[in-house]
Amino acid sequence: MLGLSAEQYGFLLQGAGWTLLLSLLGFVGGTIVGLPVALARTARKRWLSHLAGLYVQIVQGIPLPVIMFIVYFGVSIYGFDVSALFSAALAMTLYSSAYLGEIWRGCIQAVPRTQWEAGECLALSRAQRFIYIILPQALRIAVPPTVGFMVQIVKNTSYSVVIGFFDLTYSAKILNNATFSPFVVFTSAALLYFIICFPMSMLARRFENNLHRRSA
Amino acid sequence: MTAISPFNPPFEPTESAMPLVSFSQVHKSYGALQVLNGISLNINCGQVVALIGKSGSGKSTALRCINGLEDINSGELDVCGYKLHKKGFDLRELRKEVGIVFQSYNLFPHLTVAQNVTLAPRKVNGLSAKQAHEIACETLSQVGLSDKMDNYPEQLSGGQQQRVAIARSLAMRPKLMLFDEVTSALDPELTGEVLRVIGDLARGGMTMVLVTHEMAFARQVADLVVYMHQGRVWESGPGTMLDAPSTPELRQFIGSGL
Repeated sequence: MLGLSAEQYGFLLQGAGWTLLLSLLGFVGGTIVGLPVALARTARKRWLSHLAGLYVQIVQGIPLPVIMFIVYFGVSIYGFDVSALFSAALAMTLYSSAYLGEIWRGCIQAVPRTQWEAGECLALSRAQRFIYIILPQALRIAVPPTVGFMVQIVKNTSYSVVIGFFDLTYSAKILNNATFSPFVVFTSAALLYFIICFPMSMLARRFENNLHRRSA
Repeated sequence: MTAISPFNPPFEPTESAMPLVSFSQVHKSYGALQVLNGISLNINCGQVVALIGKSGSGKSTALRCINGLEDINSGELDVCGYKLHKKGFDLRELRKEVGIVFQSYNLFPHLTVAQNVTLAPRKVNGLSAKQAHEIACETLSQVGLSDKMDNYPEQLSGGQQQRVAIARSLAMRPKLMLFDEVTSALDPELTGEVLRVIGDLARGGMTMVLVTHEMAFARQVADLVVYMHQGRVWESGPGTMLDAPSTPELRQFIGSGL
């Protein structure tokens, strides 16, 4: 079938499975770290917001493959034997937490200041204002860009190829080495990436349209 | 609207003897711009005070100082026994006693009308859901919106939203209500329904300070009309003052058709 055997397609699908797992780990890790980053960025304490800002600047200033190398080789130098999956997941966590942190900071700040003020005038504490008034509204704003960023996460897991993590890109590379039919192999890989990402893009667009309709 | 007595019965003589709000030589500036230029003004319990004046005359700033949304640079400002000119007074405690309603309603769009009203009583005053619901029923019927409890703000007209905002403030059982140009964003018909609610509150003896451009309403409902000009109290007196202004500035302000 198109120059590749069913077994060879199965090999690519296996890679795609690991890509999905790594994407999931990257997103979950990015959420766990990114949420505090977003909160710290919007904090009233200057040093806290600057510290979180510094973290974001550093991570965003380093190419993802380099982060992968740092985590993979950097950690093993201290005697910890880390798997490629662990390193790739940690690198994806660092990467996505910085971007998600900035996206969510924007969402929190997109809630009008007058909402803070209204809560303040009802004698709600700062934490109460945040939890009951700001956060629910920010979450609604955050859904479309967050889903949109998940597409970036999926695509960027392909950088884990540099540390030898067996993902879709890596499986395609191996398959190409064996079959010498790069066009078919990489087009198939591209198609698989597209099949994963396209529904998410559509979902993000739908969420965005809903949001605009509700706020109109 | 039925005829309204210009004076409200004070709650108790002892309370009315002690002003609820007292400005004394209050100054406030934003950088080089002097917004409040030595304001002195007493507001007693049960009194309805209308602040009028041109844009930039400092009336909204004066109002916002009363609940600590703006701090003052010098002078003394006492509100409900709190000394706002001194550092370290409890802002949250003050706000439990002073309600404010804004021009832009500022309802919480993700909450229903009932949830908007019950949020602060529950979270700040620690009322149970049931107790808070009772208060919501009461204050929403006060503003004539008992049937909108489960609607979201976006489903209401501007006038209805503003009445919900009033109910939301009332649910905290404030001693003092502030209204900051609450009808400026509304068309004349909706303005009427909001003013009726405020008029009812005035007759009920609520102490209120309102910044307004509704001269007829101010004249009718206020015990004290304060005309502000260039950050000062330029002229003040009962509503009838508007019929015979003694300063040329107020004469011109009224004559300009506002």
